[in-house]
Amino acid sequence: MAVDTPSQSVAKAAGDGVTRGRSRGTGDNGGAVRRSLSTHWYAWAMVAPVVAVLGVIIGYPLVRGVYLSFTDANERNVARSIGVNEIPATYEFVGLDNYVDAVTGSQFLATLGWTVLWTVSCVAVTFGLGLALANVLNRRIAGRSLYRMLLILPWAVPGFVSVFAWRFLYDERRGMLNQILSGVGMDGIPWLNDPTWAKFSVIAVNVWLGIPFMMVALLGGLQSIPGELYEAAEMDGASAWQRFRHITMPGLRSVSTTVILLSTIWTFNMFPVIFLLTRGGPGEATQILVTQAYKFSFEISPRDFAQSSTWGVLILVLLMVFAAFYRRVLRKQGEVW
Amino acid sequence: MRRGIAATALVAALGVTLAACGSDSGSGGGSKGSGELSGTVTWWDTSTVGSEDKVFKKVAEDFKKKHPKVTVKYVNVPFGEAQNKFKNAAQSGSGAPDVIRSEVAWTPEFADLGYLAPLDGTPALKDADDFLKQASASTQYKGKTYAVPQVIDSMGIFYNKKIFKEAGVEVPKTIAELKTVSATIKQKTGKTGLYLRGDDPYWFLSFLYGEGGDLVDAEKKSITIDNPAGVKALATVKDLVDSKAAITDATNGWDNMQASFKDGKVAMMINGPWAVADTFAGKEFADKANLGIAPVPAGSAGQGAPQGGHNLAVYAGSKNLDASYAFAEYMTSAETQTTIAKELSLLPTRQSVYIKPDVATNELITFFKPVVEKSVERPWIPEGGSLFEPVKVEYTKVLTGQTTPEAGAKAIGDSYRKLLKDWK
Repeated sequence: MAVDTPSQSVAKAAGDGVTRGRSRGTGDNGGAVRRSLSTHWYAWAMVAPVVAVLGVIIGYPLVRGVYLSFTDANERNVARSIGVNEIPATYEFVGLDNYVDAVTGSQFLATLGWTVLWTVSCVAVTFGLGLALANVLNRRIAGRSLYRMLLILPWAVPGFVSVFAWRFLYDERRGMLNQILSGVGMDGIPWLNDPTWAKFSVIAVNVWLGIPFMMVALLGGLQSIPGELYEAAEMDGASAWQRFRHITMPGLRSVSTTVILLSTIWTFNMFPVIFLLTRGGPGEATQILVTQAYKFSFEISPRDFAQSSTWGVLILVLLMVFAAFYRRVLRKQGEVW
Repeated sequence: MRRGIAATALVAALGVTLAACGSDSGSGGGSKGSGELSGTVTWWDTSTVGSEDKVFKKVAEDFKKKHPKVTVKYVNVPFGEAQNKFKNAAQSGSGAPDVIRSEVAWTPEFADLGYLAPLDGTPALKDADDFLKQASASTQYKGKTYAVPQVIDSMGIFYNKKIFKEAGVEVPKTIAELKTVSATIKQKTGKTGLYLRGDDPYWFLSFLYGEGGDLVDAEKKSITIDNPAGVKALATVKDLVDSKAAITDATNGWDNMQASFKDGKVAMMINGPWAVADTFAGKEFADKANLGIAPVPAGSAGQGAPQGGHNLAVYAGSKNLDASYAFAEYMTSAETQTTIAKELSLLPTRQSVYIKPDVATNELITFFKPVVEKSVERPWIPEGGSLFEPVKVEYTKVLTGQTTPEAGAKAIGDSYRKLLKDWK
């Protein structure tokens, strides 16, 4: 990619920040920076390599992606030099056209709808099952550590291995699930060949993969709730449900808000499950925003870098809005974040 | 002091990571002065894994016998991924092969993007007059030659003679006959008639051509997929699935098709010469005589099968162009094509090979030769490789009942209009 980087605009943006800072009329901004540098120079020196690495690995692609989303860059018009063939870049700046196309087009909205449905159902089911299992494993039952080990297994197996295993299980004609069904005299189910079943199937696999994390996190939360509270509640004659409702739930609040936020963001961008199980099919039935953005950039031809970047930026914006909104709701409930 | 060491180590580590990102796995060499070729040639083959690839690997590595100082690195890339994989590698300039087996529709596209080395006047095009006209057509782009034809193919209907005998049916010649034959097979043997490949648009082409339709008309620069013929073709395949004359899958189609046919679960499939070697490996075809091949069933407008095939193209950024030209020439020479035809029943692209004794008597080749001659040529335009993705999505949507044939055809047409700017 021998395209000129938009370094000027970055520099300008940084400059803007500085002028904006000064125009606020505090005037001691520079002084504050200098003071903090002189007292904490050691800390700054320690942080610098990390900042540099993040800048190279995350910052540059991010800036470049945002830049590309304002152009009409695709495979045919970006610069490339291949052996004897030198081809200059010919893509142009198109302003907000890509965003207008995405937000007004049916494809983005339809994909967004399914992505939200997929995220909500995955997180809800995973959280519910994870909480139930954590509660079961929090008691003294025989073979508790063995169960814990087994339940963490999906987490220990590399994701793509599990997904491929599931793909074999789901196969309509040779898969184990349908063979079991035909064994008990039922018709096979078109797990991945029918749009509705395919949606169900990908959610099931993602839940299966996501439970261990939820369970371990919630189990940690449960173990941090003091036992005396339960004893006291029992003395006062609280039922099991009341104990769960008024001790366990509030005690888990800080853990569960965090895992729900994390798991929402992960599920929203859960690329491997969709990509390896159905490739977004049948048709485009299970395509989520991330896999569709990948498809624009790597699967269709000519590969459409601009549209792909646009979708990427929109995903980022959506998740940032969600996180900010989530924090605000929590703050209203008196959570400290 | 310790701090200094840590910082240095960090910087050094950073430097290493960054350097590793930008490194280029070049394959130096060439023919410097002495006239003898040396170095490495990496070849991406896309042939069927488990049957064809073994033969191609051996033939490719035998190149060493002719040029002892050249090492051929054989890599098999699954056909379905090769187009995008090559484009990614070719553009970034790292990890691209020296020579790629390029499907005929990909060749003009790669050439247009500047990824291929022009071959006119290089050793790669030895005895070019010997190539079939049909095979050479896709290697030409803007007056230059960008690839060497390796194999040519078309499609036919593969059927299991044993099941046909059991059901007492004849090979269907039309789609209507295909439905009645399938019904009889189901009734007499309980097996399904046809496996229809539903996840690859290439398998839809023979139905489309059979209705007299086409994806685009390159001469008139018009988009024809959403004509009544295109709609009818989509309706036809949907009807085959809905009436249980055929089964299909939305994913994993190739493996499921081959497995169902090789295990005798379905009686027919539409396929090409590239599937022959793999099919013979199935238990139903231990006796090779059990496999019958016939022309694809005709639609309302007659019979039509797509002309396909593969070329060998040289990557423009190859570090070892001379050896790559020689390798492309070797893989497409009359001698190599004879070996491939004998071992795999693939159709040669050189006229002189068809009259070789073992090739002239090969049943599959003698069957497919006239089929190829009658087959429908696709437009060799740079966008040729881009025409399939929209069809793939809508074709699968129609088969799984997510959209109607009319809406599906219209959606394909709309995406073509975006792709081909000034076409009607």
